[in-house]
Amino acid sequence: MPEQLLFAMEVTLNGLMAGVLYALVALGFVLIFKASGIFNFAQGMLVVFAAMTLVGVQTGQIPFAHLINTIFGTKIHHFGWTVPTILAIIVAGAAMVFVAWIIEKYILQHLIGQPDIILFMATIGMWYFMHGFAPLMWGSEVMKLDVGLAQGINETIDTTTYNWFGYGFFIDNLDIVAAIVAALLVTALVLFSQYTKQGRALRAVADDHSAALSVGISLRFIWVLVWSIAGFVALVAGIMWGSKSGVQISLAEVALKALPVLMLGGFTSIPGAIIGGLIIGVGEQLFEFAIGPLVGGATQAWFAYVLALVFLIFRPQGLFGEKIIERV
Amino acid sequence: MFYREAGDFKTSYRDDNQTFPIRLDRAGYWIVLFVAFCVIPFFVNDYWVNSIFAPFFIYAIAALGLNILTGYAGQVSLGTGGFMAVGAYSVYKLMVAFPDINIVFHVLIAGGITAAVGVAFGLPSLRIKGFYLAVATLAAQFFLVWLFNKVAWFYNYSASGQINAPERSVLGVVVTGPNTEAWAKYMICLVFLVVLAWVARNLTRGMTGRKWMGIRDMDIAAEIIGVNPLMAKMSAFAVSSFFVGVAGALFFAVYLGAAEAGESFGITKSFLVLFMIIIGGLGSIFGSFAGAAFMVLMPVILKNLLVGTMGWPTEIAAELEFIIVGGLIVIFLILEPHGLAQLWRLTKEKLRLWPFPH
Repeated sequence: MPEQLLFAMEVTLNGLMAGVLYALVALGFVLIFKASGIFNFAQGMLVVFAAMTLVGVQTGQIPFAHLINTIFGTKIHHFGWTVPTILAIIVAGAAMVFVAWIIEKYILQHLIGQPDIILFMATIGMWYFMHGFAPLMWGSEVMKLDVGLAQGINETIDTTTYNWFGYGFFIDNLDIVAAIVAALLVTALVLFSQYTKQGRALRAVADDHSAALSVGISLRFIWVLVWSIAGFVALVAGIMWGSKSGVQISLAEVALKALPVLMLGGFTSIPGAIIGGLIIGVGEQLFEFAIGPLVGGATQAWFAYVLALVFLIFRPQGLFGEKIIERV
Repeated sequence: MFYREAGDFKTSYRDDNQTFPIRLDRAGYWIVLFVAFCVIPFFVNDYWVNSIFAPFFIYAIAALGLNILTGYAGQVSLGTGGFMAVGAYSVYKLMVAFPDINIVFHVLIAGGITAAVGVAFGLPSLRIKGFYLAVATLAAQFFLVWLFNKVAWFYNYSASGQINAPERSVLGVVVTGPNTEAWAKYMICLVFLVVLAWVARNLTRGMTGRKWMGIRDMDIAAEIIGVNPLMAKMSAFAVSSFFVGVAGALFFAVYLGAAEAGESFGITKSFLVLFMIIIGGLGSIFGSFAGAAFMVLMPVILKNLLVGTMGWPTEIAAELEFIIVGGLIVIFLILEPHGLAQLWRLTKEKLRLWPFPH
């Protein structure tokens, strides 16, 4: 087999794996958008905040240590213990539920009935708020996240492909774990929304707010629930991203790439988020592989956005979105 | 007691429709202009110009531009930083290529180039609406910054990848480069701001502005009563990008002196200008000024207070700034979606009745 083709295949596989990570972030967006019609710009920041909280709890950091030290002149930084991973994940999950509750109570409650674009800008405000709050709480250094996931090159794939093609593919174990976790997460979400009472209520709200209210579903509860689920998805995404590249605030900007993923897949479709993520992941890797060297590289910075832009001109509702009907 | 319209008779339609219908407002406007042009330039020093006046004037121009697009025509844009970069890099190329032409023309042409780029990226707005469009404008932001970083022609193959403003003068006064006097910087920014604000005010209260507002309030309805959505949206993108381009050109040539696309015109710039118009007031000329002033002054005050007076590390001050700005955005959207401009309007309403409200 020609060498270029082999390289392209490897790039495609790696793109698929990167796409899974985008899809994980995009999933959180879709959940919130379906249930409340809110376009949550801050989802990427939730991912970072979740990951930071996890590392902070795990390594026993004292929250706001930097601020406390500055005000009171103390020199504290760690509690001096480490928390078992599983417990830390539970604590971080609880923190995300708390964040969801705060957001619902202090922001969304007061913005009911406002135009969508106002809510969108409010989430940009949240993005900014957390951009300062997360490092204030946990410090601004790059944090190392280690929850014991397998890392490094997958030997099996390497040797198998070497035997087949005479060229070993480099696939990170972590990416494989991420793909499996994403599949499990989506299955769990689908089961939840199909077979539990809360899940049915969630779908009812997504379908029609006022009809759901009239049959006695509490909108407030559903909103807290859906933001909590989005927070939990953010935590999972944060664990994957963080294990791969360390936890830092600039991760949120990378997570913005979930937006073109959504536009491609359609805002209201969970399969759309997954497939959109895979298309963007593969597309940008292949584009960088084929065209990148000709134009100076680093095309990943914009390829996803431009692809989504071009795509939307032809199909404004995305691949799987509901048709947009406008009436005067 | 003093602020009222009684006795201020309007005898023509023109009088009735003027920008400042109340006499005291008119007087205040002329006094502000007089102080800005004839008093402050004699007293400013480098610190005041570089940390307050120049950024305030330049951001006010950018905010006016974005407010035309977002506040008046209803098209949310997150590409402001990218468009500012277009203005900056085009003015740089022009300054280097045609050193004999006055820099004022360079800045205006840079605005024109930005307008063309803005229209190109605005074309999808005919098909894409609302936050779909907001995300689509992110394409402009990331693509343009990447372009200016990667294509060496734009920064004339300089080793550092930076662009540096050469020395140019207007009417014999140096306005760019390291030898610029503080007052010269101040004046050139002020002149551009005043002229552009005048243009913006008159565009938005005329037929063009009404078309924009029609499109903003409901584009299908506006189309039915005879507004051409293509022309209205494209003109909004063109005018807005022109303003933003001029702001970017001044930001680089006069204020910074040296710039690098990713650092000076990153996505945070886009957010910053968007926040200015949200806090200032969407769809208001005064709001653009108020928002720009607020967002320029707040970090300066915060830094002076926390770092200067209390000796805190700059890092914490920067983080607190994010928290305060983000919190304020949310608070403004909840309590006063029309921003500082609306607060100002309410104050004036109260003042007209003061001290006898009944």
